[in-house]
Amino acid sequence: MSTTTETRRITTAKAMAEGIGLEMQRDPNVFVMGEDVGAYGGIFGSTTDLFGEFGADRVIDTPISETGFIGAGIGAAVEGLRPVVELMFVDFYGVCMDQISNHMAKIHYESGGNVKVPMVLMTATGGGYSDAAQHSQCLWGTFAHLPGMKVVVPSNPYDAKGLMISAIQDDNPVMYMFHKGGQGLVWMEKNPRSIGEVPEESYTVPIGKAAIAKEGSDVTIVTLSLSVQHSLDVAEELEGEGISVEVVDLRSLVPLDTETVLESVGKTGRVLVVDEDYKSFGLTGEIAAVIAETDPGLLKKPFSRLAVPDVPIPYARPLEYGILPTRDKIKAAVKDLMA
Amino acid sequence: MGDLDRLAMYTQMVRIRQYESRIMQEYHADKSPAWDIGAGLIPGEMHLAAGQEPAAVGVCAHLKKGDAITAPHRPHHFALAHGVDMNKMTAEIYGRTGGLCKGKGGHMHLFDPENHFSCSGIIAQGLPVACGQAMAFKRKGTDNVAIAVTGEGAANQGAFHESLNLAAVWNLPVIFVIEDNDWAISVPKDASTAGASNADRAAGYGMPGVRVEDNDVEAMFEAAGAAIDRARAGDGPSLIEIHTLRLFGHFEGDAQAYRPELETVNDRDPIPKYAASLKELGELSDDQIAAIQADADAEVDAAIEFAKSSPEPAPEDALLHVFA
Ligand SMILES: Cc1ncc(C[n+]2csc(CCOP(=O)(O)OP(=O)(O)O)c2C)c(N)n1
Ligand SMILES: [Mg+2]
Repeated sequence: MSTTTETRRITTAKAMAEGIGLEMQRDPNVFVMGEDVGAYGGIFGSTTDLFGEFGADRVIDTPISETGFIGAGIGAAVEGLRPVVELMFVDFYGVCMDQISNHMAKIHYESGGNVKVPMVLMTATGGGYSDAAQHSQCLWGTFAHLPGMKVVVPSNPYDAKGLMISAIQDDNPVMYMFHKGGQGLVWMEKNPRSIGEVPEESYTVPIGKAAIAKEGSDVTIVTLSLSVQHSLDVAEELEGEGISVEVVDLRSLVPLDTETVLESVGKTGRVLVVDEDYKSFGLTGEIAAVIAETDPGLLKKPFSRLAVPDVPIPYARPLEYGILPTRDKIKAAVKDLMA
Repeated sequence: MGDLDRLAMYTQMVRIRQYESRIMQEYHADKSPAWDIGAGLIPGEMHLAAGQEPAAVGVCAHLKKGDAITAPHRPHHFALAHGVDMNKMTAEIYGRTGGLCKGKGGHMHLFDPENHFSCSGIIAQGLPVACGQAMAFKRKGTDNVAIAVTGEGAANQGAFHESLNLAAVWNLPVIFVIEDNDWAISVPKDASTAGASNADRAAGYGMPGVRVEDNDVEAMFEAAGAAIDRARAGDGPSLIEIHTLRLFGHFEGDAQAYRPELETVNDRDPIPKYAASLKELGELSDDQIAAIQADADAEVDAAIEFAKSSPEPAPEDALLHVFA
């Protein structure tokens, strides 16, 4: 970042919308469509103010027909446009997964590399506010498992904007998965980290590059999305107790920056993976495999993970907080590693 | 078709309205901080059906033991009109162990197998399930019917069209009920739906389609009665679209800035209108209105009391019930 850049503090939601807006100004092929993305500005603020600036022709409210409009995004992308499509909650993938997995993600490969699908599919993830089993999932592991789409998962306003611009400029389909609790919405409990310094100008954050959100020497927490915010809170607390935690913010699952993960784990010898997605067959197991395949000797203590224990997300607060990777559980897991 | 019992329908509408109004108050009353959707005794999203009582009351007046309903994200009016226990439903909305689903489901996921009632937060996805329930009734040789409820916005979902076709081609005892409240969150029907009436879409699947205008509970009663009689007789599915009214926001906390006709919403409230017409017919007096309201107040207050006194679940209960 150059020193002359103007920055101001904005929310993650606003940063996303700003990234889209800058790309719309730069490239007339970029347009937005989804449910309530127009005058409403997106239920989670991802298209704030875009309707006012660009109008109904480029910020399109769709019918509640996800197969239809996500498929239409694919078609438009194939013809050279750059659609940014919103799936309101990732949980609604169930009604449109054929377009996403069998079409958006496979066309480039199936065509022997002859057909490109440069589209962004942004979608809200995560729980913590009692929206229950059909509106609280993360599911990034599901998308990352299926070949052919990049998957980015920002944790803060700066990355949200830079990753959005990278995603729109990318010639591949990109799943852009933001956490509702990290958007800085006025109507949801938020971590102060959901509001941050963001340059006014356009910039990119590379897809496939993890960030060291905090340096440390005793334990590595590998995590993503809202869990980065929780992990940073815990790391700051533990500093006072003499435990030095390094927090790796993956930022992108596909491609996965294994180098940064391995380097950090090599330094600390202790790893905790924190993931708000389901535990089995997902990100936490993937990171364990990456370490085991490279050098199991990197670890001084057995691999540790904290994720949703393979149950649907329950409604009542005590139940939901019983299964989410909360600060308390992260802290306890780090302490176990240090015991 | 059963007899038209105007007083019973009015009473049921008032009962539902009292419920939705009190849940609205309760939802906001103890939110601290007030803006936090996850806070309070009732956390999460809350979609209330005030104004849409005629849809539920007109249909459920014809239902009997064993008939099924699948409702969408806005389910309370159909649940109450279909006989779901108000206490247990309220305890579920409060996330308590005494709730219909022990606090696991919440207001969009109410399951009452005794009354064959369920709902889903994924729009239009209750329709195929209703077809399956109807299929079961048919195979078992009962004359029960399944009511599949959905909003007008959901009628643009693939599952809607697949379900209509299935129901028709298999001649299933299903009644599709579309609540056209003009809005799908911030998107008006005319911006999302080709064709003015979803009732016209029924013709494409070879089933009767009726549109009920003016949020009229008696017209709804007539249309539903005909459709349900037809289904019970083995003559297959029907579709009814009622033009109804979303009296409140899409969800609690929705400022509705997108809604130009907001000012006139209260003038279109179906309950005072129905009360006036019943008074004109001489079937309802002011004393009765007051008594009906008092009964509804007492019943809803008691349900809220029941909910609040039911214990909260323990965190480890989250691990139960994944498998049978
Ligand atoms: C498949 C799916 N897409 C989107 C949503 C988000 N959503 C919930 S309610 C709603 C609007 C529904 O409108 P309508 O069917 O008219 O019902 P109403 O809310 O007006 O009762 C939307 C878009 C959802 N729950 N499921
Ligand atoms: Mg509607």
